Amino acid sequence: MAHGTGNPRRTGIAVFVALLLLTAVTVLVSYVDLGLWNVVVALLIASAKASLVALFFMHLKGESRLVWGFALFPIVFLSLILIGTLADTMLR
Amino acid sequence: MTGNGQPETEGNGRGYLAERGWRSWAFTLDHKRIGAMYLWTTIFFFLVGGVFALLLRVELLSPQARYFGNHAYNVFFTLHGSMMIFLFIIPAIPSGLGNFFIPLHIGARDVAFPRLNLASYWVFAAGFLVIIGSLVAPMDTGWTFYTPYSAKSAAAVTTLSLGIFLIGMSSILTGLNFIVTIHKLRAPGMTWHRLPLFIWSMYATSIIQVIATPVVGVTFLLLAAERIFGVGFFDPAKGGDPVLFQHFFWFYSHPVVYVMILPAMGIVSEVIPVFSRKPIFGYKAIAYSSMAIALGGFLVWGHHMFTSGMSPLANTIFSLMTFFVAVPTAVKVFNWTATLYRGSITFEAPMLYALTFIFLFIVGGLTGPFLGALATNVQLHDTYFVVAHFHYTMMGGTVMGFFAGLHYWFPKMTGKMLNEKVARAAWALIFVGFNVTFFTMFIVGVRGMPRRYAEYLPKFQLENVISTIGSAVLAVGILLMCWNFLQGLRKGTPAPANPWRALSLEWKAASPPDTENFHEIPVVTEWPYGYGTTKA
Amino acid sequence: MSGHTDEHADPAVAFEAAKLGVWTFLATEVLLFGALFTAYTVFRMKYPEMFRVEHAKLDRVLGAANTVVLITSSFTVVLGVDAIKRGKARLLEAYFGATILLAAVFLLVKYTEYAAKFHHGLYPSTNLFFSLYFMMTGLHGIHVLLGMGLLSYVVVLSRRGRLSASYYTPAEMSGLYWHFVDLVWIYLFPLLYLIG
Repeated sequence: MAHGTGNPRRTGIAVFVALLLLTAVTVLVSYVDLGLWNVVVALLIASAKASLVALFFMHLKGESRLVWGFALFPIVFLSLILIGTLADTMLR
Repeated sequence: MTGNGQPETEGNGRGYLAERGWRSWAFTLDHKRIGAMYLWTTIFFFLVGGVFALLLRVELLSPQARYFGNHAYNVFFTLHGSMMIFLFIIPAIPSGLGNFFIPLHIGARDVAFPRLNLASYWVFAAGFLVIIGSLVAPMDTGWTFYTPYSAKSAAAVTTLSLGIFLIGMSSILTGLNFIVTIHKLRAPGMTWHRLPLFIWSMYATSIIQVIATPVVGVTFLLLAAERIFGVGFFDPAKGGDPVLFQHFFWFYSHPVVYVMILPAMGIVSEVIPVFSRKPIFGYKAIAYSSMAIALGGFLVWGHHMFTSGMSPLANTIFSLMTFFVAVPTAVKVFNWTATLYRGSITFEAPMLYALTFIFLFIVGGLTGPFLGALATNVQLHDTYFVVAHFHYTMMGGTVMGFFAGLHYWFPKMTGKMLNEKVARAAWALIFVGFNVTFFTMFIVGVRGMPRRYAEYLPKFQLENVISTIGSAVLAVGILLMCWNFLQGLRKGTPAPANPWRALSLEWKAASPPDTENFHEIPVVTEWPYGYGTTKA
Repeated sequence: MSGHTDEHADPAVAFEAAKLGVWTFLATEVLLFGALFTAYTVFRMKYPEMFRVEHAKLDRVLGAANTVVLITSSFTVVLGVDAIKRGKARLLEAYFGATILLAAVFLLVKYTEYAAKFHHGLYPSTNLFFSLYFMMTGLHGIHVLLGMGLLSYVVVLSRRGRLSASYYTPAEMSGLYWHFVDLVWIYLFPLLYLIG
């Protein structure tokens, strides 16, 4: 439901601008050769953008613990399938 | 439980079954009708899958591929496995009995999303129609569809992949519906710790369905993409990895065995206290063990792949995890046994099947660690030992639990009582037939008979013949049971609202329940296991 | 024929139930795409050099442009949901219409990218990088298309006067879905286009 956290449109605009800026940063950084750090930086920026979308656009900020649980739960299993598969494929 | 103490008996006695006409079924939003449709459908596929099993057993009478030949045999075991798994055992209890009883158990009028529920059934129907369509060029890969063979096979793999994708979607939508229903539609006073244990097991099951099924969906999508677009994820010639298919496939297919067993365990947890007239021992342990099984079940998928060439680290971790996942199951068995201890036990058909579950599942479960240990797995992988193991757990477990549920809830669903004598006779045939069919498989498996072959060494023939005889007895028992159901439907004596004097909420509704389940939503003040006290 | 429920009569419960339902559905989507991300990781680790060479064949500018398009479309969804929460149905329709338009632009750009790849003889079967590129962006594109359908349905509902400040559940829920589609692209873009 609507939570009266100040002016929701103002927050929305701020997040939108932040997302555009982060996009610009990640694209620019990709032109610089940082070796393996390119991967780290790109994923960190992507995660920052994703967090902004989730927290603000998807209203996770201010949601109940139950909804947070539903949102975070699958990430555990995503990590599991990644780690489990890589534990095999990378170490053969 | 307080609220309207009298069972509700309004109407012409037909309750939710009153309205007639195919449209009242095809477009129904009533969870009970949807559950009934799933039951009819899944039992139908159980029988069809059973016919394929009998064909297999006929072929195995002879060490040569004498009757049907190798290719036909391969098709038979593929269809037997695929139909039993995707069209029977995964949907039967959850979408059948679960749909019918979850709202009743929690004191609700329906599930959270009734229209989605109807859609789930029709997506399921679309799925099985597509699967049947794929029979023009039937698969012979085994139900596991391993690459590279499945990517190259001349069979209708792409069509089948679409069919299984649809079945999976139905599964996901049902699980989603149940999760939200259990969270949001519980009657006043129905706290989590007053839920029937069937609900706990269905909740855990639904979590698995929602998390695991998408992975198998993508797996079949990628298989279809290999065939259609020449994508090479699983093709070594293109740098791909066939074992990656196995990782994705088993990431779903191992947890799915807990989708199969948890609901049956939930039924056992309901039946044992009723027919022992004792409260369930260790309610919380059983409830939480369902969650532990669901979550732990995601950690072990590699134990199907020990001989595929995985890294030693992966092998070791998966083996270790496999041993852990047995623990919560043992907790349940202990608690059921403790419930039985000093109970006033009677042996009506539901109880016979519930006790059978415990016995056969222990056998099946104990043979699991032999497969989970790396060294013995090398000897036993792809032998009949595995076949026996999973039939003891899936058939000796889930199917017996399903039969227990069908007999237990038959009066509630239909308003008729079953013939108890015939039910017990059928049970006896099933029990004997099952053990004769499958116990021999442990023996030949350990002695080296591989699975999925129409031909075998002559030294295994005696056990195979015995097994086939057992399968005939089993088939007769199942047919007798089905005949009993049909007779009950047509001419069973009218059932009271609560023939078993049970305490969970569904018994407060009429037999069969009205469409709206309860006149007034009950207010719950205690758990449903107060047997042997002044209550019951 | 229908089972009316007391609980469904309470709009607050219905809204929370719908929200939990959508988040559960999004959980399935995480695993759906997750398997593909796993395949990506497996093959990137196995063939780092091939990935470095092949990814350069993707047009970073177009990818970035599409990222901006999707982020903007998420923003218009936010504005649309905010509008209907204030009872402004026409404004909702305008913003959701803009979202659908932006989604169409996204798909158009993807179409030109695909066409360019095919023109250069780069197909899903060419190598594992392009298998992943086409499968992941293809699956994502299907979700964009489905999202367009969903958003259109919300616009239709609004035009029929069915949405208001006290009932905007379809708008909110499709919004959640759309943001998720944006989220997936936020990861797809750097993984496919940017990382060398």
